[in-house]
This record gives sequence, C-alpha cells and structure tokens, in this order.
Amino acid sequence: MLRTGPLHAARAAMITWFSNHPEVVDAIIASLKALVLLFGSVIVAAMLIWVERRLLGVWQDRYGPNRVGPFGLGQVVADMIKIFFKEDWMPPFVDKPAFLIAPLVAMTTMMMAFVLVPVAPGWNVAGDLNIGVLLFFALAGLAVYAVMLGGWSSNSKYALLGGLRSAAQMLSYEVFMGVALMGVVMETGSFAVNDIIAYQGAHHWFILTQFFGFCTFALAAVATTHRHPFDLPEAEQELAAGYHTEYSGMKFGMFFVAEYVGVVVVSGLLTTLYFGGWHGPGAESHAWLGFIYFFIKTFIFIMLFILLRGALPRPRYDQVMAGGWKFCLPLALVNMLVTGAVILANQGG
Amino acid sequence: MKDFFAKLVAIFIGIYTNLRSMVMVASHTFRKRDTIQYPEVKPYVPPRYRGRIVLTRDPDGEERCVACNLCAAACPVGCISLQKAEQDDGRWYPEFFRINFSRCIFCGLCEEACPTNAIQLTPDFELGEYRRQDLVYEKEHLLISGTGKYPDYNFYRIAGLSIAGKPKGAAKNEAKPVDVKSLLP
Repeated sequence: MLRTGPLHAARAAMITWFSNHPEVVDAIIASLKALVLLFGSVIVAAMLIWVERRLLGVWQDRYGPNRVGPFGLGQVVADMIKIFFKEDWMPPFVDKPAFLIAPLVAMTTMMMAFVLVPVAPGWNVAGDLNIGVLLFFALAGLAVYAVMLGGWSSNSKYALLGGLRSAAQMLSYEVFMGVALMGVVMETGSFAVNDIIAYQGAHHWFILTQFFGFCTFALAAVATTHRHPFDLPEAEQELAAGYHTEYSGMKFGMFFVAEYVGVVVVSGLLTTLYFGGWHGPGAESHAWLGFIYFFIKTFIFIMLFILLRGALPRPRYDQVMAGGWKFCLPLALVNMLVTGAVILANQGG
Repeated sequence: MKDFFAKLVAIFIGIYTNLRSMVMVASHTFRKRDTIQYPEVKPYVPPRYRGRIVLTRDPDGEERCVACNLCAAACPVGCISLQKAEQDDGRWYPEFFRINFSRCIFCGLCEEACPTNAIQLTPDFELGEYRRQDLVYEKEHLLISGTGKYPDYNFYRIAGLSIAGKPKGAAKNEAKPVDVKSLLP
C-alpha cells in the first residue's frame, strides 16, 4: 500500500525539518532529560520521608513504618495525601508576599542546584557550565533567603528566632564552604562538574587528596540543608518548629520536601566532587551502570545524613560559629594552601 | 602554645566522641528489635493484669455475686450498676449487672471491694468497639462459666449467712452459734 495523503506528507516534512535542525532535537532531548531528573529528584526526595523514618527506627531498635504497602512504602503516598488535603491556613498577622515566596524559594533553589549533579554519563543539565560549583554556592546562598524570609514574614517570635539563627548559621558555614571546595577546583583546573568528574576518572577520587576539604565541605553541606545536627533554625525543643512554625498544609510541605531535595542534592554533590561521581568499573561504556554507582554512593551519603540526625546532639549557635570560624575555616585555608603548594611543586615551579 | 595544644586535644576528643556515638548508633542496626508487632504477635500480659472485668461462678457453677453493691460503691467513676434480687432459698443475686466499659478506668477497686470474689479483672485488653453503646456490658456478657483466680472459693460455704438448706453455723471454719443466754453469769 502506497503511503500518501496529507498526514503522511506532514510527517515526512517534519522528519526532514528535524534532520535539518539537529540542535532543536538536542534541545528537546536535553529538556526531556532535565524533566526526568527533576521528577526523579522530587520522587527520591519524597521517598526519603519513608527512608528516614525506617532508618531512624532501625537505629532506635524499632521497625519504623512497615504497615502501609510493601515494607511500608505506601507511607509515602499516605503522607503525601495527608499533606495535600490539609488546610492551608495563613495567619492574619503575616506579611503575605514574603510569606508566600519563602517556601517557593526553598523549593526552587534546592531543585535548581540539582542541575549540577551528573547522575550518569551524559545525564545532567549543567555539567559543562563553566561556573559549575559556583552555581551551587549561589543557590545555597539564595536558599537561606527562604528561611530568613519565612522566619521574618511569619511575624511570630519563634519563627523570627529561627530565621535569626539561620542567618547566624549561614555566617558560619558559607565562609568556609567555598574555601573547602577550592582544593578540588585547583586540582582539576576547572569549575565545571563534568571536568571534575573526568579528572577523577583519569586520576584519583578527590577524597584521597582532599580529605580535609571533604570533611569541611561535608560539614558545610549538612549546615546548608538545615539538617541535624545543624538544625538550629528549626530546633523543635526550643523553637516549636522554628522558621516554619506558622506554615501549614502544602506551604509547610514545600519546606519539608525542599529539605529532602537538599539532602539528595548535597549527597549527590559530595559523591560527584569527592567520590568520583558515576565512575566505577565499566561505567564509561554502560551509562546505566554509572547511574547505579552514583545511586549507591549517593544513598550511602543520605544514610550518613540520617545517621547524623540519629546520633549527634545539636550544638548551641555560638558553638556552631566558633566551630566554623576557629576550626573549619583555618582547616579549609590550610588545605587550600597545601593543595596549591603541591600543585606548584608538581609543575616544577 | 600550651593553650593551643590543649585546644587541639579538645578538638580531637570532640571529633572522636562524635564519631564514636555515630558508630554506636549505627551498631543498633544489628540489635534485636524492641517492637512487638501487635496484631500478629500478642504481647505477654501477666495473669494479674487489670483488663476486662468478668463475673465468676463458684465451684458448684452458681453465680458468686450476691448483689451487695460494694463494687458499685467502690467504683471511682461509677461505671457499675446493678439491682438486687432474691432467690427462693434466700440467696441474693443481681437482677441485672451492667458495666459501662467506656467509663471504666480498670483500677481494680471493685475486685478489691468484692466480698465473694465474684468480680475479677482479667488479662484481656482488646476491648475496642466501633459503637460506644457496644461498650456497655450486661450480665450475660460479664458472666463466665469458670471460677477465675480463686478455684475453690465458695462464699456460702465460708460465710455464716443462713439460706435454705444451710442454717447458721453450718459453714466451714464456722463455730456453732452461741446461745447468748448461756453466757449469763
């Protein structure tokens, strides 16, 4: 049967057009990949609700949620249904625009930071971005606005104290976070995440040469996500719920999910920057293998995050500041200095 | 300089203790769970647990309750209600006996007050109902066929109360009634 007719002609014309414009095809494929990554990260973040509760249970000699669905996985769905259908009440005394923007900022900045994380060979959005990891610092800096705006616009004392502490905390960790990462950038000679991964594939994982950089950056990363033990802005015991005390329903849910997205992003970044990203035996030829390596490494970091929550007490915020300025900053600076010296020595300078 | 080293030592100790507590917490992964998976696995409940209240019978199969109302009087929340009636032989028995378990606090004072060991608390704690009215137990729900915690106890064989077929002083551990006039000097 001869394929003719207007429909077939249109299809043929479309195919010719696309083969003449490969950049459009590339853009479409890249957008689809970006969408997959976006939804993937959000879904993983949602699953973390369950993962965290199970793991905390395990470490407290309990089982955690194990009733809803297989292994209690249905708990995620149940929690989501609950939070979607909760009344989204806004207190009359809040500053409305800022109050509305804060959870959006929290969610967007953390999800945008995910563009940096290559989950498998060729599977990232901004891997070749020449400012690379600087974008992460920018977004981590912006994420603080969510907490500070949320705390300030709530017009309540607990929330304000939470926002205040968040600002104090930011002053302690933002300083050495950048310095801690500079060792990696100096060794690679590039800010781009793909270059960093390629360097680690060709030479060694940065955990070997940048151990102190890793330690300090990991501390800063935990502080970025406001997770225990650096959860001063939302210290339940003393601040009710901290900066999101006045939030309810889906607005609270966005803060909640943003925290978990932050955990995923930061774990992914730690993997990417210090543990070779998706590199592993056979990952260059099989992209899916690379994804599995990446997933395993990232998940170990996520478990570490939860273990931190299960094990460590929360420091006072003067202790956080002292630790940041008097210990981590000098350590990161010395690390950067020694890295520079070694690089110079290797160049024969 | 000395101060600096002291601070350095403090930092190392701090890092060590934090890592140690993380390892200790992580080691709980391999411990036995404390949770009892309730509906599938029943917890052990001691025999004297204060759960659902029952009315027991004496070894002859008769109701032990003599409708003395002491349990209702002792009950701090007033969840017991009963009405005395009398059999042909003179024994008292409750015409109705009602416990409202939505009020009951399972304090066990009724059991302590009971002179005939009739009312007893049992280790059954699964009393959930969907309708509140279903928590009101009548005598036919409360009465069991056994003797409960006191297998050999029979009030009318111990006590001196006279009923048909058992005059005063005929019971076990009981002296014959004394003719008070014989005590006169």
